Amino acid sequence: MIVAKRKPFEEIKDMIKDYKKVLNVGCGTCVAVCLAGGEKEVAVLNSELEMARKLDNNPIELGAKTIERQCDREYLEALDDMVKDYDAIISMACGVGIQFLAERYPEKPVFPGVDTTGMSVNQAVGWYEERCRSCGQCVLGVTGGICPVTMCAKGLYNGPCGGTNNGNCEISDEQPCAWFMIYERLEKQGRLDNILEFKPPVEWNDQVPRTLIQSGYKKPEEAA
Amino acid sequence: MKSGSNLEKVLEAGHFAFTGELGPPRGANVEEVREKAEFLKGKVDAVNITDNQTAMVRMSSWAASIILVQEGLEPNFQMVCRDRNRLAMQADILGAAAHGIRNMLCLSGDHQKFGDHPQAKGVFDIDSMQLIAMVKKMRDEGQFLSGAELNEAPKLFIGAAANPFADPFEWRVHRLAKKIQAGVDFIQTQCIYNMDKFREWVKQANDMGLTEKVYILAGVTPMKSVGMAKYMKSKVPGMDVPDEVIQRLQGAEKGKVAEEGIKMACEQIEEFKEMKGVAGVHLMAIEWEHKVPEIAERAGVLPRPKV
Ligand code: SF4
Ligand code: SF4
Repeated sequence: MIVAKRKPFEEIKDMIKDYKKVLNVGCGTCVAVCLAGGEKEVAVLNSELEMARKLDNNPIELGAKTIERQCDREYLEALDDMVKDYDAIISMACGVGIQFLAERYPEKPVFPGVDTTGMSVNQAVGWYEERCRSCGQCVLGVTGGICPVTMCAKGLYNGPCGGTNNGNCEISDEQPCAWFMIYERLEKQGRLDNILEFKPPVEWNDQVPRTLIQSGYKKPEEAA
Repeated sequence: MKSGSNLEKVLEAGHFAFTGELGPPRGANVEEVREKAEFLKGKVDAVNITDNQTAMVRMSSWAASIILVQEGLEPNFQMVCRDRNRLAMQADILGAAAHGIRNMLCLSGDHQKFGDHPQAKGVFDIDSMQLIAMVKKMRDEGQFLSGAELNEAPKLFIGAAANPFADPFEWRVHRLAKKIQAGVDFIQTQCIYNMDKFREWVKQANDMGLTEKVYILAGVTPMKSVGMAKYMKSKVPGMDVPDEVIQRLQGAEKGKVAEEGIKMACEQIEEFKEMKGVAGVHLMAIEWEHKVPEIAERAGVLPRPKV
């Protein structure tokens, strides 16, 4: 899932300092699961903001609404009647959701309530680890299901480098070396030949905004 | 001849090569480069010029390399993948060749986290293996990585690093084979302290026929102090310093530790001269350039061959 963490309070407070009526919109999917931007986090942020603004003698009126998914038009629609009553919006969705919201209400200032940190797995409650950078050319099939783009600190395609240290990455004793793990897993599966061949430079295709249309689908006429 | 560099000629002629290292200054001080270079004149076949070594910003490797060319020394221009994308890399490769640089060492580079700008964006557009192949393509096919024609190919002797001591050990010789597949001409190894492991690695390389396809220069760094040995053992990733090395330095008389370090380095060099599959030594006397003449003399590698 997409993982995010709440922005520092002072930063949020500063972004909305000029607005008196602000709608805080949570997202009920990824960011709710990772405890950053769901219904509960919206309520917590609102009460913190209310209190702080009261102390500043600059009271604020805050609305709260958490929708199923901010990256989906179908759910955003539920906000259409609400937003006109507010001067600005805080979105606690991931970067994708925040933008989709801002796009739907182009006349309203929209502010991010979270910092989006990546696509991660849930190791335990409150503990997430990044696993994919959406490079667009997945190599997991040859690397034993371990992503060198994300998990190797240098994103090497022909690792490991010379810094591997007792199975850890040169950057830290707490970060396992991706290529050491790749080696171990492939060795156990008898598939080391996968990484014996030189892997030529990647043709990065994430350098421009990407659009995906699944086969069998096309852009609707009016959106094209 | 692929490049016509002095290092290539020395190796081709079958001489035991001896190369040195020089770290560019943390500033625009040309005199510092010249002073360090002075110690190396006539004592080594080529001098590695490090590229933002340990991710600390320094005078650029190609610029310091040009100063060496002016001084009549042969530079070995290092390039790391951390700081440049493929456009900047190819541009610098052409610029270096245009200024008479004939050797190049292709490295991944230490992670930026270790340096003086730990929050920098690491580029790693291509990795060191891919860099080797790119330089080879430019040199031998006269083409950019993209396949477009070059207006004159850069003549470079292509080097890379190998660390026989980083794990998994069993993979290291295969990684060497991969670098050969990518097109490397010579290899400089990580500083060697664990001789048993190094002997084993070279034997594997010999058995796989790799040492017939690439020149291996064994990395030697004399220990200056017990503190340095301990630091390298515990703090430098991928470095293998056996306890015996530390004990031997500890056993040296007071004030004689550095002397013992040099003695150990000379003993190693003597062994490398006889070791099948080793074509020379790369001496990394970090911030100890003034000791190089003495070490070269005592290691019996002088005079350097004229080729
Ligand atoms: S290679 Fe890594 S970054 Fe690319 S798609 Fe696969 S998991 Fe994601
Ligand atoms: S030590 Fe391993 S994970 Fe770290 S940069 Fe090197 S190859 Fe990548």
